[in-house]
Order: sequence, then C-alpha cells, then structure tokens
Amino acid sequence: MSGAIGPLRAGGVVLPGDVPRPRTGGWRTGRKPAVDLSRCVNCLVCWIHCPDTAVLQEHAVFQGFNYDLCKGCEICVEVCPADAISMVPEQTELAAGGVLPGTGVLAHGQG
Amino acid sequence: MARVETTSQVLTGAEATAHAMRQIRPDVVPVYPITPQTPIIQTFSRFVADGKTDTVLLQVESEHSAMSAAVGAALAGGRTMTATASQGLALMVEVVYIAAGLRAPVVIAVGNRALSGPINIHGDHSDGMLARDSGALQLYAQDAQEAYDLTVLAPRLAEHPDVMLPVMVGQDGFNVTHSAEPVALLADEEVGEFVGEYRIPNPLLGGEGPSSHGVFAMPDSYFEIRYQLVEAVEAAEHVYDELAAEYARRFGRFLPAIDSYRMEDAQRALLVLGSAAGTAKDVVDDLRGEGERVGLLALRLYRPFPEAALRAAMGGVTRLGVLDRAVSPGAYPPLFSDAHAALSGTGIELRSFVYGLGGRDLSTRALRQVLSELAAPAAARIRYVGLRGEDDDGES
Repeated sequence: MSGAIGPLRAGGVVLPGDVPRPRTGGWRTGRKPAVDLSRCVNCLVCWIHCPDTAVLQEHAVFQGFNYDLCKGCEICVEVCPADAISMVPEQTELAAGGVLPGTGVLAHGQG
Repeated sequence: MARVETTSQVLTGAEATAHAMRQIRPDVVPVYPITPQTPIIQTFSRFVADGKTDTVLLQVESEHSAMSAAVGAALAGGRTMTATASQGLALMVEVVYIAAGLRAPVVIAVGNRALSGPINIHGDHSDGMLARDSGALQLYAQDAQEAYDLTVLAPRLAEHPDVMLPVMVGQDGFNVTHSAEPVALLADEEVGEFVGEYRIPNPLLGGEGPSSHGVFAMPDSYFEIRYQLVEAVEAAEHVYDELAAEYARRFGRFLPAIDSYRMEDAQRALLVLGSAAGTAKDVVDDLRGEGERVGLLALRLYRPFPEAALRAAMGGVTRLGVLDRAVSPGAYPPLFSDAHAALSGTGIELRSFVYGLGGRDLSTRALRQVLSELAAPAAARIRYVGLRGEDDDGES
C-alpha cells in the first residue's frame, strides 16, 4: 500500500523520501510572522531558533518565512534582537517571504 | 542425515542454552537475572568474562530496560539475545510487543515459571502465555538438548527476511533449566556457520542511509503495519520447517514443529508443550505395551500455531486430551483453545486438562489416568490434574 502516507515498510520503518514533508502551516491560529526588513540585521537568530525550519536562508542571507511549515509559535518574534519580526493577522497582504510592504526587498545570498 | 562429531557434556538446560549463546556470539545481550533463568545468564556472563565471546553484556536495572535495550541494539544492527522468566517476562511484555511491532529479531531465552501471586518460583507456562499475542514467536523445548538446539536455530528464524521477529525459546523452569542430562553440543564453527552474519534491512548504524524506526502510526497506517506483523508470524511456520530440515541435514537432529510420538493407528492422544512430553512418552510406551492405541503430540512451535500440521498429525485419533500448564480464568486454557479452533470440523473430541501450575509435579500415574479418562465420556468441562481434592492420584 502506498499513497499520501507513503510506502508501509515492515515495522513502520521510514526512509528518506517515503513521506512528503508535512504541511504544518495549517496549525496556525489566525496570526503569522512578518518581517520589517528595514530593521532586520540578518543575524539569523530566528533561523537557528525556528523549531520547524520555517525560516529560510540562502548562503547565510535571510530569505523570509515558509508558511507551509510555520506553526505560528512566535519564537522568532521573541528571539529577534532587532524587533524586526511581529505577528500579523493571517489575511494581511505581505510581499514575498512575509516582508511587510515598503520595508525592503529580500536580497539573494551569494554562493 | 549426516552425522557430525559432537561433544556430549552433562549440562542443565540453562547451561546448554548459555553454551548455545556463547557459540552464537551475539553482539549484545542486555539482561537482568531472575529465577529460574539466572543460571543461563550466570553461565553466559562467565563465558563473556573469560573471553569466550566478545558479546557486550549489558547489566541493566530491570527486564523492561533489558528488552528496551535489546530492541535498540537489534535495530541498530547487532545480533541481540536476552533471557528472562515469570515476573521478568511480565515486566518485559510491554516491550516484547514493541519488538515484534518494530520487527526487531531479538532471541529471548525463557525459563518458563509461574506468575505471582502467590509468588512462586517453579515451572509453568503462565509467563509464556502472557506474551502469546505479542507477535513474538514461541518455541518450547522438551529437555536440555532441545533447549540447546532450538536456541541455536532461533537467530536464523528471528532474522529470516520473511520473519524479522523476536523469538522466545521456552524451557520449563527447573524441569529443564536446572535438570542436568547429557547434551551433545555442536562444534563452535558449526554454530557460527549455521547462524551466519546478522543482517537486517535499514539498520540504524552501518546501513546505507538514514532510517527512522518506531515512528507514530495513525489510523491510516497502523492497521496495515499490524497486518504485516500477522503475515510475518504466519510465514514463520514455513521458515521454521525449512530450518528444522536444514538443521537435521547438517547436524543429524530433527526437531519438527510437532513431535509426533507413536501416533500410528492411535485412537486417543495427548497434546502438550514442553517437558511434559518426556513423561508422556513413557506413559505412551507403557500403554502401548499393554495394547492400548495411544499416542502423543508435543508442539515445539507454539506461535505461529501449526494448525495444518496439527490436523495432519491427528491420523485416526477420535479423542485428544489437551494438557495446559496455564489457565485462562473464566474460559478454556490457551493450548486447548488453539487446538479446538484448529481442529474444528474434524469431529475429533477435545478434552481440556490443566496440570502442573506453580511446579506441581505431573506424574506418570496422573497421565495414565488422563488417557484412561479419554476412553470414557467427559466427566468435567476442564479437569485439573493433580489438584488437591480433585484427584485421588495421591501425588498432591
């Protein structure tokens, strides 16, 4: 048997690729994190602390949030030393990656 | 059958089992002592201390921990054995279910003993029956020789790709664990060649890539994974038959799933597990000498239950006395229930006899009485053989 839950191996063993990454974003209850890029100092403290790998980075440059994985725990808001991250209502329109409009544009990291 | 040179020693069942473990050279043995299993691990730990095997012997704080460590070691990629009895097995059972469910092929030597209370250290099958539905396979040895042979055979059964399950090798407490008799050991190299290398798919250590074991299974997958376990337990019967045949070819000792003794033209027969078989064989021999058409069936393989083989072994038997060394209070005892289901529709009349709880002796006289009762209409729903007040056996 296979399907959405992946192949069922003897003993319930799970190998890499068996199961699609769970989309835990649906667990948020009405609020999501947003970043004010004008305040962000790119320290990546949020990236280190995020328990759900929902903060993205590329070559050590902050790349915003993956809302498919973010459960809305607010740890990033709590740990951000620059007060750049805040929780906003789920329906708030944000730029790509969860950037508050008018605060800047995410820069790609250079490899 | 090829006969090979073997060395005979006078050994108890426990010592013989420890020799089998020494020759198997398991990678890890997490264990906690308990009567009547203790001489198994006491003897084996001496072998480890003397450098006879490089096994990692983990002295843990309980049987629950022993089995937990065994599951981890087996899934990590090490051949793993342990030993227990009675309350120890009872404490271990939670994790025996997990071992079976996670398909950890751990071999568990069991010195079968009564369960408390009242506390009792002597032999019966209550402990094994507590683990009956765990998914662990169960073998029962009749004597020290079989305890040795079945222990040598067990890793191959446990680790077979179609099986991948824990295997309990039972030997009756004291009747076998502490009774010394000549035991023919195989050469160390023969055992090493027979058991071969330990290989499991996707070990946690030393495998080809990462793997997750023991993950959560929701209602969308648990049923299927448990069904795979059912299929594996059932597949183990054929694997056991093949291994028993290979063991006989290599070493000249044949231990079929059902030991069928003097069943030719038998009309009445007994069905037993474990050391009662030896006593019953003597009684069958005596009665055969008196012209009675009686026989004996002793199961070495109890889980999976060899249903088809049992039906085939019945021949012309019309009445079968099933002897249980355990009870299921409020219902028929376990071996009887299994046999009754297996033989339904055959027209064979089954009678339930319970004997030997807490080490109560089973005498030849009592078994003669059982076989003579089988010739007459049933006197009781379940007969308690040797129970004070029920028997005029004089043994109790």
